[in-house]
Amino acid sequence: MTSTEPLSTEPNGTEPHRLERPETEWLRVSPKYIPVDMVGTFIFGAIVTAVSFVPFWFGWSEGWLVGVGIGALFLITLALTPRRVRAIGYLLRDDDLLFRRGIMFQRFVAVPYGRMQLVDISRGPVARAFGLAELKFVTAAASSGVLIPGLPFAEAERLRDHLVAVAETRRAGL
Amino acid sequence: MTEPAAAPGAEPAATDFADGEWHRLHPATPLFRGGLAFIAIIGVLIVNLRDRFFELFFGDQQVNLPPTGGDLESDALDFIVREELVLVALLVALGILMLLIAGFYFSWRLHTFRITDEVVEVRSGILFRTNRKGRLDRIQGINIGRPFVPRLFGAAKLEVTVAGNDANVPLAYLRGRDADALRHDILLLASGARRETVVNASAGPGVATGVSGMLDERVSELFAPELDVDLTAPTSVVRMNPGRLIGSTVLSDTSVVLVVMLIVLGVTIALTGELFLLFAMFPAMIGIGGFLIARITRSLRYSIAATPDGVRVGFGLLSTTNETLPPGRIHSVKVSQPLLWRPSGWWQIAVNRASRSSQNGAAGQQQTTILPVGNLDEVRAVLRLLLPEVTADENVPVIELGLAGRGTEGGFTVSPPRARALRWFSRVRNGFAFTDTAVLLRTGAIWRSLTIVPLSRAQSVSVHQGPLLRALRLASVHVHTVSGPITPVLGALDRLDAMRLFDDVATSALRAAQSDTSHRWRQQ
Repeated sequence: MTSTEPLSTEPNGTEPHRLERPETEWLRVSPKYIPVDMVGTFIFGAIVTAVSFVPFWFGWSEGWLVGVGIGALFLITLALTPRRVRAIGYLLRDDDLLFRRGIMFQRFVAVPYGRMQLVDISRGPVARAFGLAELKFVTAAASSGVLIPGLPFAEAERLRDHLVAVAETRRAGL
Repeated sequence: MTEPAAAPGAEPAATDFADGEWHRLHPATPLFRGGLAFIAIIGVLIVNLRDRFFELFFGDQQVNLPPTGGDLESDALDFIVREELVLVALLVALGILMLLIAGFYFSWRLHTFRITDEVVEVRSGILFRTNRKGRLDRIQGINIGRPFVPRLFGAAKLEVTVAGNDANVPLAYLRGRDADALRHDILLLASGARRETVVNASAGPGVATGVSGMLDERVSELFAPELDVDLTAPTSVVRMNPGRLIGSTVLSDTSVVLVVMLIVLGVTIALTGELFLLFAMFPAMIGIGGFLIARITRSLRYSIAATPDGVRVGFGLLSTTNETLPPGRIHSVKVSQPLLWRPSGWWQIAVNRASRSSQNGAAGQQQTTILPVGNLDEVRAVLRLLLPEVTADENVPVIELGLAGRGTEGGFTVSPPRARALRWFSRVRNGFAFTDTAVLLRTGAIWRSLTIVPLSRAQSVSVHQGPLLRALRLASVHVHTVSGPITPVLGALDRLDAMRLFDDVATSALRAAQSDTSHRWRQQ
C-alpha cells in the first residue's frame, strides 16, 4: 500500500503498521520551509541545551551527560527536519480540508469547511525572510489544531480566500 | 439608598421587554450589586466607633469597653475633635455619601437593555460606557439566577449565554416574574418564530396587588419548586432523593481522595510526630470538604424538565439558578459511573457546551453536570431530553450496551486482543458504535463511561499514531468538540478500524451538519 503513496519518507513500504490513506495527491508545503524550521529548532535547542548544562557548571561532575544527551536529541530532531517537513500535507476535498503531519507521531485531521470560524495568516521573522507564511484554520474546538506552515505568501492568501469562500457556501451552525 | 426606588416609573409593569425599545433594570439593582456591601461597611464603622458614641452620650461616666479600632483611627478622631473639625468631618462624610448615592442612581439610570429581533443589547457605565450585543441565533442558554438576598426581594438575574469565553450578556437584576417571561420571549425570538406570536405569548399572568399580595408572592416564590409554573407547567423527570445524593457524594472519587489524604496524614503524623503537616494540609481538606458540601446543597433541589424551548435544569437551595438550554446546544454528552457507584447502579451525566456561564460558581456543578446522580431509568429519561434524535427508541439498546455492555454486541467495534497491553481490563469495552445521528465512544471497565457526540455538532476529527501504538498496529481517534469537561477520545483501536472511524465520522458529520436545523427549532 505504501508504494502508491508518493511519500519519499517511505522507502519500499517496509512499515505496514503505519496509518495509511487512500489519497495520493497531497499538496505539500514549500521546501523553503525546511531551513525556516531548522533555524527555529536550532535556536530553541541551543537555549535548552545551554540551560541543561547549568548543573554541570555548578559542580555536578557527571552533569555534562544531561546536557550532551539533550543536545544530541536536538541534533537528531534537526537532522530529521527535512523528512518531517516533507510529511506535512493537505488536501482540499469537496466539503472538508484534510491535513496530515508527522512521521514518528502521525496525525490526520479532517475539518469541514462549514465549521471554520476564522482563518489566520501569520509570518514569523525567519519565515518572512524566505517569503513564507503559516495559515491557521480555527474552529470552535480548540483541539482541531490545523496549522499549515511553510506556504508561499501568495499561496497562503489564495488558500485563505478560497477557504473563506467555500466556508460561506457551506455555513453550518456551531 | 432610597433614591433609586423613588425614581420615575419608566418601566412598564408587564413584560413587553422584548419590544425592541430600551428598558431599565429592577430599581433595587444598585442595592443588590454593591449597596449591601456599602451598608455593611457603614455598620462595621459604627461598631468600631461605639466607645466614641458611648462617650458622646454618657459624658464623663466611665464606661469600660474593650479597646477597639487601631491607633491610627483613634488618633484621627482625636485630631478631629481637638481641632473642632467635627462639622467639617460630618459634611465630608455626608458629601461622600451623596456622591455614592448619586453614583448608584446614575449607574442604574444609564444601565439599559433592549431585545430586538436580532440581538439582545446592554448599555452601561457612567464615565466608561460599554455596549454589549449578543446575537439571538448564537444563544447557548439562558440562565436565571436568584442569589439569596435578591431572592428575598423577589429579584432575579437573567444571563444570556452566548458562545465563547466571557461572551455572556447579563441582565441583573429583574423582577423574578419578569425574568421568567423575558426568557420565554427571548427564546421564542431566537427560535425563528415570528414576532406576532411573541407579543401574544408574553401577555403574562395578572400581577398581584397590595402589600399582602406582594408578601404572598415572595413567600410562594421562596418556597415554590425551582421550576416556576410556566404556561406549559413542565414537570421534572428526575426526583432527587436526598439519601441517594448524600450516598453518591460519600462514594464519589473526591471523597475517596479526601479519605486517602486523611489516612496518609494520620499515619505520617503518627510516625513522625510533625504536627505542622496538619496545618499544611488543612486548606486542601477544607477545599475538598467545601466542594462536597456544595455539591449536596446545590443538588438537593435539582430538577430537569422539557419545555418547548429546550431543557430546563434547576439547581440550588438558598441561591437558586435555573438554566434553559435550547435544542441543538449540546456538543457532547458523557454518562459515567465511578467504581463505587456500581453496586447501586448510579450514573452521572455531564455535557460540553459552547458557552461558559459565570453565574454558577459553586463547584462548577451546573455548567457541566446535568444529572448529578441517577439510576438507569433517569439516565434514559435525561438522555431523551438532551438528545431526542439520538435517543430514539430503536437506539436505546445500543446506548444501554454502551453503558454496561462489552464485546461487539450491538454493533460496537472494540480493540483487538493485542491492545490488551494498553487496556488491561477494558479491552472488550473500549470501542465505538454509530447511530444514525451520533457516534458513541465507550471506554473503561473500572470507571465506565460512554461519550455520545451528536454528529451535527462535531467540529472536526483526527486520528493519531505514535511509536508505541505503531508497534502494536493501533491508533487513536479524537472527535473534536467545543472545549469542556469531556474529551471524546478513543485510544488503542486497530489502525484500520481507527481509519474507518475517522472516515465515517468525517463524512457523517458533513451530512449531519448540512441537514441540521435544530438551532432554529421553531422555524418552518
